[in-house]
Amino acid sequence: MSAGAATIDSRAPRRRARLLRSVTSDWGGRIGVSLLLLVVLVAILGPLFAPHSPSAPIGIPGEGPTSAAPFGLDFLGRDVLSRTLSGGRSTLLLGGAATLLTYLVGLTVGLFAGYVRSIADPLLMRTVDVFLSFPALLVMLLFVTAFGGGRGVLVGAAALVLFPGVARIVRTATLEVSTRSYVEAAVARGERTTAVLRREILPNIVSPVVADLGIRFSWSIILIASVNYLGLGLKPPTADWGLMVSENREIISTNPLALLAPAAILALLIIAVNLTGDAYLRQRGRSGGAR
Amino acid sequence: MSDPVLRTRDVRIELSGGDAVIDGVDLTVAPGEILGLVGESGSGKTTTALSIFGYNAPGLRMSRGEIEIAGEPMRDAQAFRAARGRLVSYIPQNPGTALNPSLRVATAIEDTTRAANAQEQASSKRLLERVGLPADSDFARRFPHQLSGGQQQRVCIAASLAPDPALVVLDEPTTGLDVVTQSRILDELLRLRDEQQVAMLYITHDLAVVAQIAGRIAVMYAGLIVEEGPAAEILRHPRHPYTRGLIAATPDHLRPRLLGAMPGIAMAVTERPAGCPFAPRCELRTERCESELPQLEQTDAGHEVRCFHWRQTPPVQWTPIPQAAAAERAEETILEVESLHARYRGAHEEVLAVDDVSFALPRRGCLAIVGESGSGKTTIARAIAGLHSGSSGRILLGGEELIHAARKRTVQERRRIQMVFQNPTEALNPRHSVAASIARPAQVLRGLGGVQARAEVMRLLEAVRLPARIAERYPSELSGGERQRVAIARALAAEPEVLLCDEITSALDVSVQAVVLELLRELRDELGLSVIFISHDLGVVATIAERVLVLENGSVCEQGATREVLAAPQHAYTRHLLESAPSLSAAVEAWDAVGLSSAPSAPSAPKA
Repeated sequence: MSAGAATIDSRAPRRRARLLRSVTSDWGGRIGVSLLLLVVLVAILGPLFAPHSPSAPIGIPGEGPTSAAPFGLDFLGRDVLSRTLSGGRSTLLLGGAATLLTYLVGLTVGLFAGYVRSIADPLLMRTVDVFLSFPALLVMLLFVTAFGGGRGVLVGAAALVLFPGVARIVRTATLEVSTRSYVEAAVARGERTTAVLRREILPNIVSPVVADLGIRFSWSIILIASVNYLGLGLKPPTADWGLMVSENREIISTNPLALLAPAAILALLIIAVNLTGDAYLRQRGRSGGAR
Repeated sequence: MSDPVLRTRDVRIELSGGDAVIDGVDLTVAPGEILGLVGESGSGKTTTALSIFGYNAPGLRMSRGEIEIAGEPMRDAQAFRAARGRLVSYIPQNPGTALNPSLRVATAIEDTTRAANAQEQASSKRLLERVGLPADSDFARRFPHQLSGGQQQRVCIAASLAPDPALVVLDEPTTGLDVVTQSRILDELLRLRDEQQVAMLYITHDLAVVAQIAGRIAVMYAGLIVEEGPAAEILRHPRHPYTRGLIAATPDHLRPRLLGAMPGIAMAVTERPAGCPFAPRCELRTERCESELPQLEQTDAGHEVRCFHWRQTPPVQWTPIPQAAAAERAEETILEVESLHARYRGAHEEVLAVDDVSFALPRRGCLAIVGESGSGKTTIARAIAGLHSGSSGRILLGGEELIHAARKRTVQERRRIQMVFQNPTEALNPRHSVAASIARPAQVLRGLGGVQARAEVMRLLEAVRLPARIAERYPSELSGGERQRVAIARALAAEPEVLLCDEITSALDVSVQAVVLELLRELRDELGLSVIFISHDLGVVATIAERVLVLENGSVCEQGATREVLAAPQHAYTRHLLESAPSLSAAVEAWDAVGLSSAPSAPSAPKA
């Protein structure tokens, strides 16, 4: 793109900043953004405030809350509070990366399939269907068994399992937007396919994509946690909210907090993502006018 | 005279903030009478119509007034509910969305009969016959998507007549239909009125249609009735400047003329001034108009007007289209189409949408392509713009043959042909500001830099008579007419030689249409544009185009100079189109011939 386009579009970033600010203009958005900040802060600064080591046992497994360990101890006798404070980084990073990758692949596939049509559509979408027909966990496990349980593999495998859903949503939205006159106008002036997709179509399919974001994010966390639980992903001493929910299932009767504390903060995180997304869509609808 | 079927007195409906959407609406409809309620979008027509059913759109409430249907006062929700269907029924604007797509025709009709608990249940078969639809069981078993738009609307009419209501409210029932179907529906309605003495409230923005059907007319502006009286009186001697403006803006294929474009746009209800709401756009405005709201004042028997200066309202001017401009157009051909064929791949077989179409567009000329919906008009434009895959034949621009796919054409070829699309809400990307939308073609096709493109945006906004501040707006913040003018500016940004206009005014109000059409005429003279103007409206065609091509089922049945084709159509289909097209002037002349105003219950004026 020429420098000229940048000048004309110079309003766009400013508008985007204003939009983010206006996300907090209603209560849903304010609560969402505050919760999101809170959870992210806990994940980043939590380890500094952990009273004990997150990986060393300090007492009887499954012991209830005491003054030293207000959330009690987990199934190996480690401090639940310390592990909860330390487990956020791994969860946020892995879940965030997997979600990002999911959308990168899903958007690309869905946009091309929906816009280019011809042979690309059946080819891409039938491939997607094949992926959808395998149980998610099975694909994850196959991947992890084949390539090892490193962080990169976990993220890649989760994205592979999750992208078909995104691709389908994006394709449907793209099909609809592709018939609009402004897309035809762009084709008639000879814009490249990538330019049509990026300038004309992508901005107009954001609504269904963002609406779906919260679910994908939580699924990616749960998927990664399940693999971890089976002992194939992250190795046991690692603190991870998803993993903690899974591994403490057996002691739910002796110390429910070992499971509830990480589950609660995960729930907060997902609620925060959904509230923020909804508020963003509300503001967008108000200022942009896309239906 | 017998008791009126509908009587509303001083109805006021407000927003939750207290602004009135409609105010002081008094309407009376006698049995067998058709009252035309005329106004532009946002004037409160539909709000008025729905209030008769005791229904208000969310956020609205009726704060004052009385409604009486067939002598029964509608005091509460209970009374309204009892009246719906039994006494009054509704025919909506869009039959496609009004019919439940999962219900068969017979079921749809029986449902309304049952809901209204009619004592004498007419069989759905008889009802279908009554509206001119086939009454066999095969038809009754069809689903709405298996019907044409005209058939769907007739099913709606049959359903609404099922319980034998005393009053039918029709909300722009023919707006989405082509002229031939529209004419059939109007005839049908008149016949039903004559046979059953049903009273009708017919809502429309189209004065030519209202002249065909209504005995009396009420004109609404900004939620107020501004003029009411016999159709023959109002259309021949409008007393309110707004009514006069509407008449001047209505194109007519029998009397082509320059359209009078009213200045300004209708204001939102929330910014209504203390005085006359039309004052900001009115030529007769005085200080009094700005501070004091005029009351309805009687001019003749049964003719009332809400204007202090109605005695000064000048008669409508009929300015003929200047012929000099047309004569000096060179005979050089800019665009030539030779035996164009275009196919669509349907679900089962290929459909030939355009079949062997040839024509030539002279430089600086305007060629109209006319035909019903589905006749292939738009496909021709898309093929010329290089957007239709599956077309064959020769397209020559300035004597050189064009490749059919836009993608494979040269930048210059793409620049020289530009298209303006039908639907203003879809024409502009809602995520791009007006400036970004207009600047893009100038950058991509003319290679302008940012600063130059910016200057170009300002120049083009001025060219389409839009204020410069609109550049930073987004399409959702603009009205339909403004969007369509931005779309024209975007096409002009490429400095095209040929402009393809695909039904560019069909979604606009008449007064906005007049502005756009007159703008197009001026731009043609200023920029030397050659225009292909696609339309189903013969009045618009007669106003704008020197040459016309009539299309039926994808093939040309007639082409020639507009004047000649409209005066002496050679082809049966063209004659059929012309007979179906409503004309205001024909109605007015018929009234003039009869003498004074016709009685309110007399059948409509004869057609052209």
